[in-house]
Amino acid sequence: MKKAFPILAVLTAVLLAYAFYQAMFVAPTDAMQGDVYRIIYYHVPSAWTAFLLFFINFVASVQYLANAKPSTQRAAKWIVIAIGVAGAIAPFIPQVRQQLPTGMYPSSVATTAIIIAGLYFLVGRYFPGQSLDLLAVTTAEVGVVFCTIVLITGPIWARPVWGIWWAPGDIRLTSTLVLWLIYVSYLVLRRFSDSAQTQKLAAVLAVFGALDVPLVYFSIWFFRTQHPQPVIGGGGSIDPGMLHVLLISWMAFLCFAFLVCWSRYGLEKLRREVEEAEALESLLEPAGHAAPSSKAKIPLSRGSR
Amino acid sequence: MSSFWSITLATLAKDIRLEWRSKDALNAMLFFSLLVVVIFMFSFDPLAEESRHIVGGLVWVAFLFAAVVALNQTWARELRNQVLDAYRVSPASANSLFLAKALGNFILVSLLEALMAPLFVVFYNLRPLGPAWQLIPVALLGTWALVVNGTFFAAMSLRTRSRELMLPLLLFPVSIPAVISMVAATTNILTGEDSAHFYIVLLLTYDVVFTTACLALFETVLQAE
Repeated sequence: MKKAFPILAVLTAVLLAYAFYQAMFVAPTDAMQGDVYRIIYYHVPSAWTAFLLFFINFVASVQYLANAKPSTQRAAKWIVIAIGVAGAIAPFIPQVRQQLPTGMYPSSVATTAIIIAGLYFLVGRYFPGQSLDLLAVTTAEVGVVFCTIVLITGPIWARPVWGIWWAPGDIRLTSTLVLWLIYVSYLVLRRFSDSAQTQKLAAVLAVFGALDVPLVYFSIWFFRTQHPQPVIGGGGSIDPGMLHVLLISWMAFLCFAFLVCWSRYGLEKLRREVEEAEALESLLEPAGHAAPSSKAKIPLSRGSR
Repeated sequence: MSSFWSITLATLAKDIRLEWRSKDALNAMLFFSLLVVVIFMFSFDPLAEESRHIVGGLVWVAFLFAAVVALNQTWARELRNQVLDAYRVSPASANSLFLAKALGNFILVSLLEALMAPLFVVFYNLRPLGPAWQLIPVALLGTWALVVNGTFFAAMSLRTRSRELMLPLLLFPVSIPAVISMVAATTNILTGEDSAHFYIVLLLTYDVVFTTACLALFETVLQAE
């Protein structure tokens, strides 16, 4: 596995360079906006990557909380299976199908539901026990970075095109901003909490944040959105040449995010191992370099007997 | 079930009696929100027509900040003499303690709102153009929305360094949809331009969702040490 890291790093660098070349020189110029629009090749892939990472964080957090008791673990498993089955069947029922926005196919909704359910089990399979929390902290940190890129590139694009940096009350802008705020508070909680139960508290906060996002979305339902419609599954239309470049760019960003997550995950794991080793060491040698006190001797003599 | 409610009521009665005797939190909150009102009045100096549009935001910002004062001392009281640890090892349900604390804060913040509302009317020359009775469900649902999450996050921030600072950092991001709904509903009622119905339903949804989440997860937070 260690050898794969530099190979992947080189591959990511090549892919990022190729995506940059495609975005700047190959993709057709937008008829209305000119070259300004090219920032979407960084804005949109960052947004997709950030949302994916936050979603993985949510899945890992739910699983971490569910694993506390065998009964909740079983219940969560069946709920996820039920969501997957219901999500796979429901879009094909004519009544539900009519509710879908134009441009969103029932098959794609069903696939998404199955992928979501599958992700839960994949995460549980490859990240048992405490590594669920490692995954959660990694995805939250990297997700915040990508979400920050989204929030910076958005206004840069909006200023020349809309004439304003920020559209207050816009549904997409606000929900992304609130998502960012929630995950920053998640990281602050992790930084400030030093008890052994930080993981549990952070997982609880992640669940609260995930419950919050749909409510934010509805609370600004009536405000008009200026944001362009989503390219995929939202009724927006895009030139195939542009979509091609956008997907290449997303691939590059996903590889980059995966790379960063990988190294961050390894670092966090190492940090915890060092912490554990230090704790163990101080238990085994209570005296250390200082002169052994009478209090420290008592438990040792008891242990050696 | 009856023991569940008897524990809730006993804890609630104890908290109210303590608050009634000291009046610490209530006095601090009252004076704090009075200061917010006065400072906002000096910084905006609005006409009656303008104030209808902005006062919905001002009222709820003042109450949100004041509520944090009450929320911060909710659990701090139980830390003295290890009361919370005693509670943790007792067979009593964690949720009955949570409900007692949330209801106590709800009563306290509602009392504050009832006392502060006339001041807002006087200082900003308010006269609602929409159906004024709708302000009551907005206030009740909005207060519960702030208080239920606030009580929960206050319990969570007990385990952190500088816990008084931690509570608003955790509470405000999650409260954004509730604050948007409260402010929009209040503004709609005051200006009479639009119906507040949608936002009242949304506040109700928020309350139901987060009360359920708090009750489901509170035991995890209380036992985390």
